Amino acid sequence: MPTLETEILVIGGGATGAGVAWDAALRGFQVILVEKRDLTHGTTGRYHGLVHSGGRYVVKDPKSAAECIHENRILRRTHAHCIEDTGGFFVVTPEEAESDYPDRFQAACDEIGIPCTEIPVAEALRREPLLNPRISRVFEVPDASADSFLATHATVQAARMAGARILIYHQVEALLVDESNGQRRVQGAQVRDMVSGELVTIRADMTINAAGAWAGQIAALAGAEVRIIPGKGTMVAMNHRLVNTVINRCKMPSDGDIIVPIHTIVAIGTTDEKVADPENLRIEPWEVQLMLEEGEKLVPGISRARVLRAWAGVRPLYQENFTGQDSRDVTRSLALLDHPSRDGIQGFLTITGGKWTTFRMMAEKAVDRACQHLGVERPCRTADTPVPGAEQGHYWLGHRLHEIEEARLQGELVCECELVTRAMLEDAARNNPTVTLDDLRRDVRLGMGPCQGGFCTYRAVGILHELAAENRTAPVTPESPQEEIANSPWEVAYLQSPGRHVRTGSPQEVLESKVLGPASPVTDPRTPVSNPNLLLRDFLQERWKGVVPVLWGRQLKQERLDELIYLGVMNADHLPDEELASPLTDFYLFDTTPGETSPGTTPSGQEKEASA
Amino acid sequence: MHTISWHSVELTLDECIKCNICTSYCPVAEVTDLFAGPKYSGPQAQRFRENGQPHSPDHSVDYCSGCRVCNDVCPTGVRIAEINAKARAQMVAEHGIPLRNRLLGRNELLGKAGSFAPHLANLALHNPVSRVLAEKVVGIAREAPLPRWSTEGTFSAWMKRTRHRRLRSDKKVVYFHGCATQYYEPFIGQAAVMVLEQNGYEVLVPPQNCCGLPMLSNGEFDAAERYHRGNVARLAGFGLAGYPIVGTSTSCTLTLKEEAPELLDKEDPGSQALKQATWDIFEWLRELHAEGQLSTDFRPLSPDEERLVLPYHAPCQYRAHRIGKPALEILSLIPGLDLRESHARCCGIAGTYGYKAEKYPVAMDVGRELFDFVAAQSGAEITACDSETCRWQLEHGTHLPSRHPIEFLAAAYGRYDLERRRAVE
Repeated sequence: MPTLETEILVIGGGATGAGVAWDAALRGFQVILVEKRDLTHGTTGRYHGLVHSGGRYVVKDPKSAAECIHENRILRRTHAHCIEDTGGFFVVTPEEAESDYPDRFQAACDEIGIPCTEIPVAEALRREPLLNPRISRVFEVPDASADSFLATHATVQAARMAGARILIYHQVEALLVDESNGQRRVQGAQVRDMVSGELVTIRADMTINAAGAWAGQIAALAGAEVRIIPGKGTMVAMNHRLVNTVINRCKMPSDGDIIVPIHTIVAIGTTDEKVADPENLRIEPWEVQLMLEEGEKLVPGISRARVLRAWAGVRPLYQENFTGQDSRDVTRSLALLDHPSRDGIQGFLTITGGKWTTFRMMAEKAVDRACQHLGVERPCRTADTPVPGAEQGHYWLGHRLHEIEEARLQGELVCECELVTRAMLEDAARNNPTVTLDDLRRDVRLGMGPCQGGFCTYRAVGILHELAAENRTAPVTPESPQEEIANSPWEVAYLQSPGRHVRTGSPQEVLESKVLGPASPVTDPRTPVSNPNLLLRDFLQERWKGVVPVLWGRQLKQERLDELIYLGVMNADHLPDEELASPLTDFYLFDTTPGETSPGTTPSGQEKEASA
Repeated sequence: MHTISWHSVELTLDECIKCNICTSYCPVAEVTDLFAGPKYSGPQAQRFRENGQPHSPDHSVDYCSGCRVCNDVCPTGVRIAEINAKARAQMVAEHGIPLRNRLLGRNELLGKAGSFAPHLANLALHNPVSRVLAEKVVGIAREAPLPRWSTEGTFSAWMKRTRHRRLRSDKKVVYFHGCATQYYEPFIGQAAVMVLEQNGYEVLVPPQNCCGLPMLSNGEFDAAERYHRGNVARLAGFGLAGYPIVGTSTSCTLTLKEEAPELLDKEDPGSQALKQATWDIFEWLRELHAEGQLSTDFRPLSPDEERLVLPYHAPCQYRAHRIGKPALEILSLIPGLDLRESHARCCGIAGTYGYKAEKYPVAMDVGRELFDFVAAQSGAEITACDSETCRWQLEHGTHLPSRHPIEFLAAAYGRYDLERRRAVE
């Protein structure tokens, strides 16, 4: 069993864990981060994308609001290229016309220092013509939207540049707990490489639990009780940008009161339901219906527009001694659990709660405390250190189209809906560890548009198959998979820019110029997960999950066409290699539709649905 | 410049299921890589455009000819051509418009200017030196089929000259002549008047101006809006009073019916009244025929007993009316006519597209399908087509004369000389 040594072990590859790894590496610590799946596979990759100005919590939870505006200002510098500067409106709808909330809101913003300007309703309607014309007041705040996939990848690249080692698809099986000297101490973890199945021991002076909604399960491995209050939020994505500004209702935070323009869609969010299991989430019909009904109050007609998909994430809310029933009432402020003083467990910290917006601050607090325990004094540097790619400035909605147009890459498109070129896909697969097609979706937005993988899935699988075929001739490196992954190239600063990934020369020249570096599993013919049939099935199943809850109208037409392509033409539900599974196959097979859990639903589940 | 409402064409992008049928039918994408196809530039790119965006992300949408074949074949009803037109307008609003496109958009102004001294204007424009210069300096393709100014005065001048001979009747119809009939081909208007009078209608020709389409297709929405407002002010009253407004130019009538209100977001009562009252002349004649009111007093068009082989091409902009092919239906009533229906997608010219030097080769390649069809009809010595620029392109591509169907109809009534292109009274 390979054994790795480090000073700080970070558990969790979401925004917080990535932030902790980045922060600790910048302070000169040896760092290893482990994530059981792909980066951002958990809540980070399932949130609505709002960079909070703090306005949403300014009345109810001023501490969280203050954290948000503080971090909002910093992220705009350090992660500029991961943010679209949409601005945000808080609008007073007829339902709240009589409320005193707007005045309290404005006063609270002033108090905390959130820039908040009341603008004429007419101006708001000029900028957002589909907004409810019956709104009575509009406040403008510095909300924005963020690409949380890119931001986390960029943070991790920054951490790697500072020396951190990142092991994705490595799941913690046990914490190494030492009980000698009458003191309980966490000394690292035993993790399983989910691709090779191999166990790896990682010894660390300090283990930081940043597992988000799963943090309670990790803490339990050390014998500590951390009662995460998992608040499920369901979001509905509309097919295109109906608004270009974040629209919030000016009232106490509730269900369905924000619309966030993020890349090519708008997301209506969100519900807040206490759930038992952070993993397998159902999307209930009432949730989708509620989102659309509430969305109507902000953008009348929105419920008749095309719904693209629905998804759910789980907030890792934490409040010591919380006794309420409604997870909506749990603080959004960050929580740093100091297990040495709290539970008498040395070498172990948990950082949870908070918002995506405050991930950097959470990391700072956690590493500050780690420094104390390790007896060193090293100042945090993340607030002044832009991650690679930040020099590009904020992205704008049209940037992909613009780059495709400038470089005439129309003929290179693999995913037509989201304008993903072949070179973007290949570079993403080569330049950061990739196990499933879904990992590439997070990298380059593959399959995230209207057809939900209808036209790009088979193309992408073919391209990866070709890459794997090339790698068959590549020299096999003697390193362990962990070393291989740790040393593989990692370049994500321009992951999403078609103009930065241009294939030049003839296909033959392109082939010859390829640097055959260490392969990511998906392009490595030695790994079972590179099996094209498996890739195809998994990705179709993954996309299907999010479409099932919104299967009516135009998206139903779309799925019918997709069904004809994959089930009718390609017979995708009777492909060989049925026994193969990736680390995520089971996860994808979980049926999100309400009812009894029925793992084992295959793509032919579409037929079951239809006949049911 | 324009606002988004739930009725906007932009929002029809939601209907797209990415099937690519439009792309496989697009005549432009088939012949050039400079245009990636209607799906790409229409509903797909539209998701990356925003209202009031800081800058337009587009370039290649300029190669959309606006032929509307995509709209025609789309199984889910995406207004692709209009989405493209709006995207082009954004480009123009941002980058400005080249002089050439401004000129091509100013059909009416050019028509008026040349009509002061048509002989001189024709001489000045239609000589090899000018055409080379026009290509080099302004970018108008030297080979492209530009029209000649009428040397016998404008259509309205003819109406005025012959007013004592014009039919007076209780049954009245308003005629929208469009710029081409007014300044270049007044005989088309004469043929229309002959046909309408043959059926007992008095023809009213109130003052009117350019429908604005050349400007809409070149992205000059503000200028187009001024023209459209002019037409609404002058013509909407007739519509409200119950008079049909018929036109022989299929693109002008399409603009009044649909393009101007849709692209310019015109929902005012005047625009709507004009929209409701406007007909393609054959659409209206077909209605008349259905009521048994159309005169069918036809004589054969060829003097000898032989059938006249007549390839007929319905212009794309005619098909965009979504009214079938009424000209074909009515012409088929004429004895001795051997009509050959073209199924070619587009002649290539698409209004002003084929005049542009960089687009001329694309337009000719697009037109090949139609030219080949005509060449395959043995015995054909003349063609029929409803739209003026398409006829000019057809003549250019086939070297055969091309006539408006209304000319054949008027000739079949014995009231028009097809050879010399003038009314017989």
